[in-house]
Amino acid sequence: MKKIEAIVQPFKVEPVKEALHKISVQGMTVTEVKGFGRQKGIREVYRGMEYQVDFLPKVKIEVVAPEDKVKTVVETIIQHARTGRIGDGKIFVYPVEEVIRIRTGETGDAAV
Amino acid sequence: MNPADTAFVLVAAALVMLMTPGLALFYGGMVRSKNVLGTIMQNFVMLGVISVQWALFGYSLAFGPDLGHLIGSLDWVGLNGVSLEPFKAYSETIPHQTFMIYQAMFAIITPALITGAWAERMKFSTFLVFMVLWATLVYDPVAHWVWGDGGWLKNLGALDFAGGTVVHINAGIAALAAALVMGPRKGYGTEAMIPHNLPMTVLGAALLWFGWFGFNAGSALAAGALASSAFTATHLATAAAVLSWIGAEWIIRGKPTTLGAASGAVAGLVAITPAAGYVGPMSAIIIGLAAGIICYLAVLAKVKLGYDDSLDVVGVHCVGGMVGALLTGFFATKLVNPAGGDGLFFGNPGQVGIQALAVGVTLVYSFIISYILFKILDATMGLRVSTEEEVAGLDISEHQEAGYSL
Repeated sequence: MKKIEAIVQPFKVEPVKEALHKISVQGMTVTEVKGFGRQKGIREVYRGMEYQVDFLPKVKIEVVAPEDKVKTVVETIIQHARTGRIGDGKIFVYPVEEVIRIRTGETGDAAV
Repeated sequence: MNPADTAFVLVAAALVMLMTPGLALFYGGMVRSKNVLGTIMQNFVMLGVISVQWALFGYSLAFGPDLGHLIGSLDWVGLNGVSLEPFKAYSETIPHQTFMIYQAMFAIITPALITGAWAERMKFSTFLVFMVLWATLVYDPVAHWVWGDGGWLKNLGALDFAGGTVVHINAGIAALAAALVMGPRKGYGTEAMIPHNLPMTVLGAALLWFGWFGFNAGSALAAGALASSAFTATHLATAAAVLSWIGAEWIIRGKPTTLGAASGAVAGLVAITPAAGYVGPMSAIIIGLAAGIICYLAVLAKVKLGYDDSLDVVGVHCVGGMVGALLTGFFATKLVNPAGGDGLFFGNPGQVGIQALAVGVTLVYSFIISYILFKILDATMGLRVSTEEEVAGLDISEHQEAGYSL
């Protein structure tokens, strides 16, 4: 099992969610996050004062998938989150040691 | 006595009352979220503090029987003698008490304007003491000079319809003294101090605009042609200043901002205040256009000059008040108000000098007394909260509550 963590543009969350549904991903967790990468921040001006705002709003999507599905999930996210411009975000893939469904106590792939 | 006039002025008094909470929202949205309640409180509580000061002795000092053209006597302490009959020197058609409560609302909002200068760092206890002293030693005498029966600037013929000098220059220059004595907020110039809720600021500006009709049109003290003309002038100058402020921003910075539109509205309202009952509609538009641009440039200049007048009381109120008071000397005409005066463009160049004198005297007097008061309070009670409290924010450190709990 792997956890796929994708940081995407906020307006790309809906298309990514829809696309993951279509490939039968049954659950995900999303969080509103702030951060920056090579894109850096933007400038904001209030009356005379200018501020460099480094942390831009993004959304983090977390999905756990069985090994054989990881590649499809990652490709689906890339396909639907990509604009081709800077600021599109990143995807991280981590190994997952165990998954337990709290209600039933099921573990492993059955619990995903 | 005239029931229509009385009803009109009472409603105007209620409108002006709403300006102080409006100002609280206007300022509250511009601070960081940890100071929203502290900022709102410093405005809202003035409704409590100054109302009582006004009834006890403030009204008597400002409008009471004249002493040496400088101050009202204490004959009307505790509103003694402020009856339900008209007091002819102020109005022949409304009860004296109606005039008193209408003026109370002006006395409340004027010191509240200053709070923008020391936002996010002033100690609440010292703030309360300062406000009572400032109202007594600065607002009440200056109101007497310009509006009181026998006041020396009134006798000279200075035109200030609703408070360009008494309210805006007076509070605006006190704000400069505050910013200079108190010093900048911790982290000013290095940390981002971004307004936490601009929709709140725009709502506040809208309430100010609404209430200002009571402030300016109500100053006619009668439900008639003069009130209508002041109402129209107020609205048009404000509209023009919204356009000129965001226009200037658009040219200089590349984008028109919502905060700029709200600030422009307030700048226009400030500038038309002294002129409202003396100028025609086209003059009002010119005054508004000038105020929007000049106040915006004044706000930009602050950043260069380096003092931390946090919410731009100097740039908007002091500078806007000066623009309005001086332009009144150019645009005033007896065609609008036979009881007023003519300005330079209507054949009376001397009016500009009288206006400049009233502006200059208010600037000097208010700045000096305010500066001395701040120095004394700084040495005795301390003006600022501790660094630790400032970092935590005024909401929690001064009031033990939070504006938002999510």
